[in-house]
Amino acid sequence: MYTQSMDLPGQVQLAGDSPEEARFHARVEADAKIEPRDWMPEAYRRTLLRQISQHAHSEIVGMYPEGNWITRAPSLKRKAILIAKVQDEAGHGLYLYSAAETLGQSRDQMMAALNSGKAKYSSIFNYPTLTWADVGAIGWLVDGAAIMNQIPICRCSYGPYARAMIRVCKEESFHQRQGFDIMLALARGTPGQKSMAQDALDRWWWPCLMMFGPSDKESTHSAQSMRWKIKRVSNDELRQKFVDVTVPQAELLGLKVPDPGLEWNAERGHYDFGPIDWDEFWRVVNGDGPCNRERLAARVAAWEEGRWVREAALAYAHKKSRKEAA
Amino acid sequence: MSEKEWPLWEVFIRSKQGLDHKHCGSLHAPDAKMAIQMARDVYTRRNEGVSIWVVPSAAIAASDPDERESFVEPMADKIYRHPTFYRLPDELEHM
Repeated sequence: MYTQSMDLPGQVQLAGDSPEEARFHARVEADAKIEPRDWMPEAYRRTLLRQISQHAHSEIVGMYPEGNWITRAPSLKRKAILIAKVQDEAGHGLYLYSAAETLGQSRDQMMAALNSGKAKYSSIFNYPTLTWADVGAIGWLVDGAAIMNQIPICRCSYGPYARAMIRVCKEESFHQRQGFDIMLALARGTPGQKSMAQDALDRWWWPCLMMFGPSDKESTHSAQSMRWKIKRVSNDELRQKFVDVTVPQAELLGLKVPDPGLEWNAERGHYDFGPIDWDEFWRVVNGDGPCNRERLAARVAAWEEGRWVREAALAYAHKKSRKEAA
Repeated sequence: MSEKEWPLWEVFIRSKQGLDHKHCGSLHAPDAKMAIQMARDVYTRRNEGVSIWVVPSAAIAASDPDERESFVEPMADKIYRHPTFYRLPDELEHM
């Protein structure tokens, strides 16, 4: 996982006519990739930096909800799988931080922005994982939504981001399948297990729909991002696609999607679905979700408690290179 | 000790014996040995590689993208370097 279409604040200036700018736009138009040392408009750089770093932060914070269940996974097999999955998320965060650094911000600056609460990450990780079924629901739904979001970014105009996304997408499909596998085991289990699975779906469904970001009408940066080919498919389009593929999967599990407004619309060839609670979305994005404080506190603690390790490793490396030089 | 970032390393991976090492990304590590260990964990969790190189990013010199045209262009008009430039008799064999 996990980007959220968080085309949130930041000024976007429209393109001027300088020769570099014209060349840049021609290359983007031609579907050529922009590379780190190529000239790019400042607003393009800032938009990418914001999006890639938010994406990286999401991967890192995303480890907490699932990490919560590693010690209590119901079997050794599930535990090994979950550890591998969470380790992948760390890896995804690292690919993305590297991609973001090519735009001229240091890793420490990004960490500081996250730890200070200034940088955003996907709203989905501010929800708690109350039962084991939540681990299944996250893999199935959250990673499922992430795949929808991320596949178009593999074709993003910025080379390092596109390449990182290709790597991430390759690994993501295991995440979704292991989640579905957990849900399937529960749904086919005892009535208690099945109701646990239903409860997880009830709590995660709407937050997952919010992962695609504000509706196209509200999404202030979408048009510019589309033009720059950072974003290739609109929020609402992706959300619809997610609903269309996920509803039959829920039926297969014998679970009910918690939306009374959900109905197949033969005319459109899509599912109609009920209104999203955007107040909740903005509340969670702006720091007031169920777990925002807990997540941030965990990040800050990890950073502070890891300081001596970072410093010791660097001191050791310096000492060794001095010895080798002598 | 003042807060200092670990240096950045570029990672190159040989995916199979007999193939070239290929650039696959970068990471921060305090020294080369740690960089190789971390590269294993970050970039080869699914047997993507049999060998890893790491190079300090600061040691890489690169051509200037702004001079791409004048830098690469001289090669474009030397079409006689390609075998297809030469029209040969149809009867000619083994060439």
